[in-house]
Amino acid sequence: MKQGNGTVPRIGVYVCHCGTNIAGNVDVKAVVDFASKLPGVVVAREYKYMCSDPGQSLIKNDIREKNLNRVIVASCSPHLHEHTFRHATLEGGQNPYLFHMVNIREQVSWVTEDKMSATEKAKALVEAAVYRVRYHEALETKEVPVNPDVLIIGGGIAGITAALTLANAGKKVYLVERDYSIGGHMAKFDKTFPTLDCASCILTPKMTAVKDHPNIHLFTYSEILEIDGYVGNFTARILKKPRYVIEDRCIGCYVCVEHCVYKTPKFPSEFDEGLGLRKPVFIPFPQAVPLIAAIDPETCIEFKSHRCKKTCQEACRDLVGRDAIDFTQREEVVEVQVGAIIVATGFKTFDARRIPEYGYGRYPNVYTSLEIERLVNSSGPTGGEIVMRDGRKPRRVGIIHCVGSRDRNFNPWCSRVCCMYSLKLAHLVRERTGAEVYNFYIDIRTPGKGYEEFYEKLMQEGVHFIRGKVAEVTDWTITPEETGKLVIRVEDSLVGVVRRIPVDMVILSVGLEPRDDAEEVRRQLNISCSSEGWFLERHPKLAPVSTFTDGIFIAGACQGPKDIPDTVAQAGAAAAEALALIDRGSVELEPNIAVIDEQKCSGCHVCIALCPYSAIAFNEEKNVAVINEALCKGCGVCVGTCPSKAITQQLFTDEELLAEIEGVLLV
Amino acid sequence: MAYVYYPGCSLKGTGVSYEKSLLATFKRLNIPLQELDDWNCCGATSYMSISEEQALLLSARNLALASENDGDIIAPCSACYMILNRTANILRDDRTLRQKIVEKLKNVGLEHLNLSVRVRHPLDVLVNDVGLDTIRSAVVNKLTGLRVFPYYGCLIVRPGNGFDHPTYPTSLDRLLEALGCEVIDHPLKTRCCGGSLTGTLEEVGVRLVYILLKEAKKRGAHTLATLCALCQFNLDVYQEKAARKYNEAFDFPILFFTQLVAFALGANPRDIGLEHHFVPAEQVFEMVR
Amino acid sequence: MEAIQRTVKYEADLSPQFSEEIRHLPGGETLWHCIQCGLCSASCPLSIYMDYTPRRIMAMTREGFKEEVLQSKTIWLCASCYACTVFCPQQVEITHIMYHLKQMAIREKRYPRNFPIPVLAREFSTWVRNHGRVSEFWVVFRTWRKIAIGRLLRMIPQGLKLMRLRRLPISVHSIRQRRQLKKLLAQMNGGA
Repeated sequence: MKQGNGTVPRIGVYVCHCGTNIAGNVDVKAVVDFASKLPGVVVAREYKYMCSDPGQSLIKNDIREKNLNRVIVASCSPHLHEHTFRHATLEGGQNPYLFHMVNIREQVSWVTEDKMSATEKAKALVEAAVYRVRYHEALETKEVPVNPDVLIIGGGIAGITAALTLANAGKKVYLVERDYSIGGHMAKFDKTFPTLDCASCILTPKMTAVKDHPNIHLFTYSEILEIDGYVGNFTARILKKPRYVIEDRCIGCYVCVEHCVYKTPKFPSEFDEGLGLRKPVFIPFPQAVPLIAAIDPETCIEFKSHRCKKTCQEACRDLVGRDAIDFTQREEVVEVQVGAIIVATGFKTFDARRIPEYGYGRYPNVYTSLEIERLVNSSGPTGGEIVMRDGRKPRRVGIIHCVGSRDRNFNPWCSRVCCMYSLKLAHLVRERTGAEVYNFYIDIRTPGKGYEEFYEKLMQEGVHFIRGKVAEVTDWTITPEETGKLVIRVEDSLVGVVRRIPVDMVILSVGLEPRDDAEEVRRQLNISCSSEGWFLERHPKLAPVSTFTDGIFIAGACQGPKDIPDTVAQAGAAAAEALALIDRGSVELEPNIAVIDEQKCSGCHVCIALCPYSAIAFNEEKNVAVINEALCKGCGVCVGTCPSKAITQQLFTDEELLAEIEGVLLV
Repeated sequence: MAYVYYPGCSLKGTGVSYEKSLLATFKRLNIPLQELDDWNCCGATSYMSISEEQALLLSARNLALASENDGDIIAPCSACYMILNRTANILRDDRTLRQKIVEKLKNVGLEHLNLSVRVRHPLDVLVNDVGLDTIRSAVVNKLTGLRVFPYYGCLIVRPGNGFDHPTYPTSLDRLLEALGCEVIDHPLKTRCCGGSLTGTLEEVGVRLVYILLKEAKKRGAHTLATLCALCQFNLDVYQEKAARKYNEAFDFPILFFTQLVAFALGANPRDIGLEHHFVPAEQVFEMVR
Repeated sequence: MEAIQRTVKYEADLSPQFSEEIRHLPGGETLWHCIQCGLCSASCPLSIYMDYTPRRIMAMTREGFKEEVLQSKTIWLCASCYACTVFCPQQVEITHIMYHLKQMAIREKRYPRNFPIPVLAREFSTWVRNHGRVSEFWVVFRTWRKIAIGRLLRMIPQGLKLMRLRRLPISVHSIRQRRQLKKLLAQMNGGA
């Protein structure tokens, strides 16, 4: 038997039951018996929960008493407990990198149906580890300082909350928002459920606080171009798009808007979901932060023909004396250094046109819920009056739940907020118009504080609740009462009959989806997405705001549909995690980096060009390549391509990998 | 482009004008259409209620016969199209069932089964193979001013067929527009006409017929264009009963879409089967002239 | 006053084997995705005539209400238009499950006797087995001869008009390879 790195290996193997998670499908005792007979194994044990204190003590005691110099734990994924057992190894008196972890839960017991084959697979993986650890060496970790500044991507309620929390703790924050103003979706809402407090009354103070905070540097109408670096030391390149208004000269006085050559607003306002109109020069909404005008080059005459009288510019210069309008403004790239990043990019709503049976886009009186939010908002296009596109007040309103949600043809998930916002809209519509309101639902889900009580209140208000998914909204009418109305066809599944309900207005409660560019953002940041496209947390229960990339945290609906209270809680948690990282001051880097043997390096430069992290430089004096340990991510590209075989990767040396393969094949 | 023509039982009986106008259309477009030799019943709806396996075998025999020729199969009747398509999909995707069926075909001397043969509806072929631009430029008699209620019926866009949206299709609308028709948008495009019921539960079938006719009339249509032999039969032949039962005059010609296409492409109106209609259909074409 | 009926359902009256059988037929397993939203019933053009809406048939099938399901008119009113299947948010293969139920009802002779649809299905398949193609005239004729001669008589005027329009041939067209077809079909079990 090979002796590996010279010392005679004395191996301890510990197989975890994980309750019944592993033991239910793997014969743990058989694995232990098998392991105890493998070469170099001094002791093999099983235990119900290896990660518990007594479990870890087994390892520590054996290292001391049996002079172990290699430790193997066969349990769950290294993502969960590698750190735990490395630490136990260290406490027992050995270098933590003489430990190796085998995953027999996620990769064996949870995914193998037959107990026999599961046990065999577990044995093979344990044997692979036994062969591998011989070649393990004691490794040293490296500490690098952490930059104390934080980048937050997305200026909705999640980004705002995280930014204020960090800034109040004295940290410098760069908050980057794609739109002209921060506030996100919440800024569009009139009331919030279940308390019905005014959304802008609670949001505006926060937005103003962001603007006024000395520790927050706000970038609006800006996007992230590129993120580089690693935990504690990221570099972000931010693209500031031109709004054709010089930010620090504009005072948000609206004079330019009033003097635009368009006397009346003519173009659909994005903020009002197209229900209201704006001019080419505009301020998105009265509470916008920053309260700065912007010019839309798509609709502005000056950009289309260069023949506008530019009355806006003239007015700003001559009447206000600010001269803030600059048609020649260009985009600008700003680079910032940060130690941590919080991603709070939010969601988009389901495109109701994808379900043609509901008639959105064909029948003018079919609205999305987001449009209704603007319609009920006192700063919205109708000043809060609920009138339809033809100016009439609706007397009968149908609210269709789960549009695009809980539907395998579109999005299989429950969007979590639609039940409650539908109830809220039902209340507001009934209160302001006196209309008969019908809710069409599959299941009412109100699992929040005060939510069920709100549902009960709505029932008492006389709002109709009909359990059934609507098949169609149609202008095919049969009875005289239906004439001129839209008819909702549904099975009242509690009664067991099909009903046709004529209404004036239909509200589609559209679900929540990942943003279109979620995949792009994921790649920029090197984080993971679930198959649906939501950003993936490190652990669904115990690390809900961390990602698999150290130093990058997630908050709000970019991680999955959630309402405002949950979003704010998560944003606070993300800020706390970022704070914990920054205040530690330094981070330990994994030693799984590439190492160059200067004797063997021929100075061919191949690795330098290939390194995706620009971590390799060239030493002209010695004529060899040199790896920057802080930048190396241990991806292995250089190791695989070096023609002189001069590069090895710690924890993944050729010997270790070959021994592991040999071991797995031996069973 | 060459196609194998699978008429199905209806096009030799109640849907004879569908066959005539389809052949006329393809003749005007110079696309050869070779009738499948010794074809048998597709095994559609009624047979499926008895035995799914036998229904699949019936379809599979047709697919095996078609494997002797080159080109996709054209199946104009919606029920035939649906079941032949479903069988072709099963034979392609389900290995176990394929082996079972292939073995049984071999036992009766049907050795050859070409899995790449596709089953197509003539609407799909006209819109996606021939193309609307070709058709637009081949139009001789533009159908300007003719208000048409496009009716797809239920089966043609259902699962597995995949050439148009399953509940709100638009292919026929676009084809009719290319002929110069004024196409009426409406929500009943794929609502069942009741055709499989009028022969058995007449009251129910007639109600479904009435719904479609009433809506077409309400929206000011001159005619209703169908894609399926059964739909046309049902809406044409039971129109009288619907009118009597609901006390409403219709006199509403029900055309096969191929009659409109063939006419627009310059076919002789005598060759497109107008003489077989219950409700006289000549009036539609007189109006255009 | 009409008699009051007791409607409690005892477990002993249910048939778990029935639902298991459906589960193992092609597409049957999708029934266990059903969330009882009722979109099938709402999109169905015929549910308004059914004794149980399609949603209820799905629930009853899953829970083993064999008698009620196989004797229902619902499964025979299903026109197989596939509206429910393409609408279903859980992608339950409702139309195919309906076909399975019809096949089972015929096999076990539980279908409603004087209900014309299953009778037509049987006449249709018999004719196809013998001739290879269907004659619309003869299949309809034989169906109604079995159920209600009176109805047949009332159909005469319409039939005559169709014949005059040359849309209802009485002559029987058979395929050439009738024996091949019979042999082919005989290899698979199938109904009556």
